[in-house]
Amino acid sequence: MYQYDQYDQKMVDTRVEEFRDQVKRRLAGDLTEDQFKPLRLMNGLYLQLHAYMLRVAIPYGTLNGKQMRMLGHIARKYDRDYGHFTTRQNIQYNWIKLEEAPDLLAELASVEMHAIQTSGNCIRNISSDQFAGATADEIADPRPWAEILRQWSSFHPEFSYLPRKFKFAVIASDTDRAAMRLHDIGIQLVHNDAGELGAKFFVGGGMGRTPMIAPEIRDFVPADELISYAEACLRVYNRYGRRDNKYKARIKILVHELGKEEYTRQVEEEFAHMKDLGLNPPVEELARITEFFQDPPFDLQANDELDLSDPDFALWVDQNTAQHKQAGYAIATISLKPRGGIPGDASSAQIDLMADLAEQYSFDELRVTHSQNIVLPHVRKSDLYALWQKLDEAGLAPANLDLITDSIACPGLDYCSLANARSIPLAQKISERFADLGRQRELGELKLKISGCINACGHHHAGHIGILGVDRKGTENYQLLLGGSGAEDTSLAKITGPGFTEDGVIDAIETVTDLYLEQREDGERFIDTYRRVGMERFKEAIYG
Amino acid sequence: MVEAIRLRDDDVHEEPAVSLDSFLDQSNATAVRIEAGEDARQLLPFLDRLSLIEIDFTVFGDGRGYSSAQILRESGYTGELRASGDVLVDQIAYLRRCGFDAFAPDSPINPKLMEEAFSRYDHVYQATSDQRTPIWKLRHG
Repeated sequence: MYQYDQYDQKMVDTRVEEFRDQVKRRLAGDLTEDQFKPLRLMNGLYLQLHAYMLRVAIPYGTLNGKQMRMLGHIARKYDRDYGHFTTRQNIQYNWIKLEEAPDLLAELASVEMHAIQTSGNCIRNISSDQFAGATADEIADPRPWAEILRQWSSFHPEFSYLPRKFKFAVIASDTDRAAMRLHDIGIQLVHNDAGELGAKFFVGGGMGRTPMIAPEIRDFVPADELISYAEACLRVYNRYGRRDNKYKARIKILVHELGKEEYTRQVEEEFAHMKDLGLNPPVEELARITEFFQDPPFDLQANDELDLSDPDFALWVDQNTAQHKQAGYAIATISLKPRGGIPGDASSAQIDLMADLAEQYSFDELRVTHSQNIVLPHVRKSDLYALWQKLDEAGLAPANLDLITDSIACPGLDYCSLANARSIPLAQKISERFADLGRQRELGELKLKISGCINACGHHHAGHIGILGVDRKGTENYQLLLGGSGAEDTSLAKITGPGFTEDGVIDAIETVTDLYLEQREDGERFIDTYRRVGMERFKEAIYG
Repeated sequence: MVEAIRLRDDDVHEEPAVSLDSFLDQSNATAVRIEAGEDARQLLPFLDRLSLIEIDFTVFGDGRGYSSAQILRESGYTGELRASGDVLVDQIAYLRRCGFDAFAPDSPINPKLMEEAFSRYDHVYQATSDQRTPIWKLRHG
């Protein structure tokens, strides 16, 4: 994985000192809260209901054991002994003291980590495919491109006061594990006819109040024009994105209001001005970065057979491991969705253990997924049983990946000042109601996503089953949505009808899953049956 | 009236800046002021005779002026480029990186903090109008 050189390290160290100075001026009253707010936000620090929340960047979700252990250390020293992995492949801490934040950032910098631009109206952490570099279905590793974008977007002077936040995702496979088209800019690496690698650009996707699927605006941007093309996309947005209403300020609204053709025309016109300005790193820079993402030294003779005589282990292997590009290896996903647990939470002890296991079994590499789980990307099949036993002892071996209890949930009203309803207790209750693993496996792949307000941090628009918490005359109310997908078959979920109480919405989920079991044809997932049968049939079942 | 900050050696331009509309209407004016939402590209035919372009920031969080400045510099404008209005020390380094070389803030800027802001970062990741050498160029010569 990527390692900082002297320049990268100096940038991050300098940022820590800059922020230390800003905090000092804020505490001394030299900065108003209004003036301080965008500065702290650009360092990932939010003021929540009870305390400051700090969001630490995990670029494209990749980190090593030492970095993971630092995240555990921070949970112990600065928080209440746990951290929360997020849908942006980051980690959040919910109980941070402002005066301690500079020291915390200094500790992060010591392991090549930071919280730069994890919030604010700027370019956020670049997300990517959690199976990058390990899966056979990619045409290249997308992470060097994400790293080029990370460096370019860090401290970008022109694009730090955008109309609204801005999120990139980069993938390199036709299988989309990163909800690419639900980003402000989604990039898919592709080959052109000459066999060169380049970027297909999708612009104007997003969730939030007005979900949109990003349209393709350019089928191929060469490697040595990536940055100038991205600058052109951003400049049109910075100049013409709406600033009169923060709920209409994302680029998706601009692209929608202008229309894809007109937005594209403006980008191409801007690009014509910019492409010869010397904005692009040379191809040698991409080559330099790509060197860091070479395959680890796989044992090419590693045994591809697996002893599945332990039935619990066999279930976990079946559900939570994926095929690796190298025979004899597997991609293992650690589910952070235990029965009755908080999706994405991990204790410092669990974080430490995952760091140890990555060092021992996965060439010192971990990934965070947008579904709030952790991946060990390169595990020898012959080590899987030992790995599973250690995970199981620590409560980290739920065999529920992509099943109904592997839900995404936002922090909700338990933490967030924007929320209308609680998300976490609902996720916990659903996880209890559907606890039986046999029943979950019978239901098969089922993406359940819960947001506590219309800002959609819990991705409810992209859920096969989505739940949206709203405030109805002072009481929490939950709307049910069906038919969304954040995968390559991207679609937006639709609301079934009137909302429910907390228990009522869980009953409604049972109703729709029962209907699925009754209606499904061979090999159909829930989403497939829903698409074939249609919303009306499901509505009838729910509302009678 | 807070004193303007200039990072240029040439003489202060005495002529008051006119609005973009008046400038386009008349004019042989040599100084113009544009608001956040106005299109800097309208000035491109006149860059040769302009000595001062002022870009106003009504609120510091409205970043349109950064793009306006970049566009003017990329198009070869070498005269004074002044940021006026809600210009604060915590944005001043980024403003400079986008080509501003003069500042007319509503409230005074502490000169010591401004110097620190300008000198704090040894390096930059991007090529922008201030012509600083981006890190990727340092890496590859």
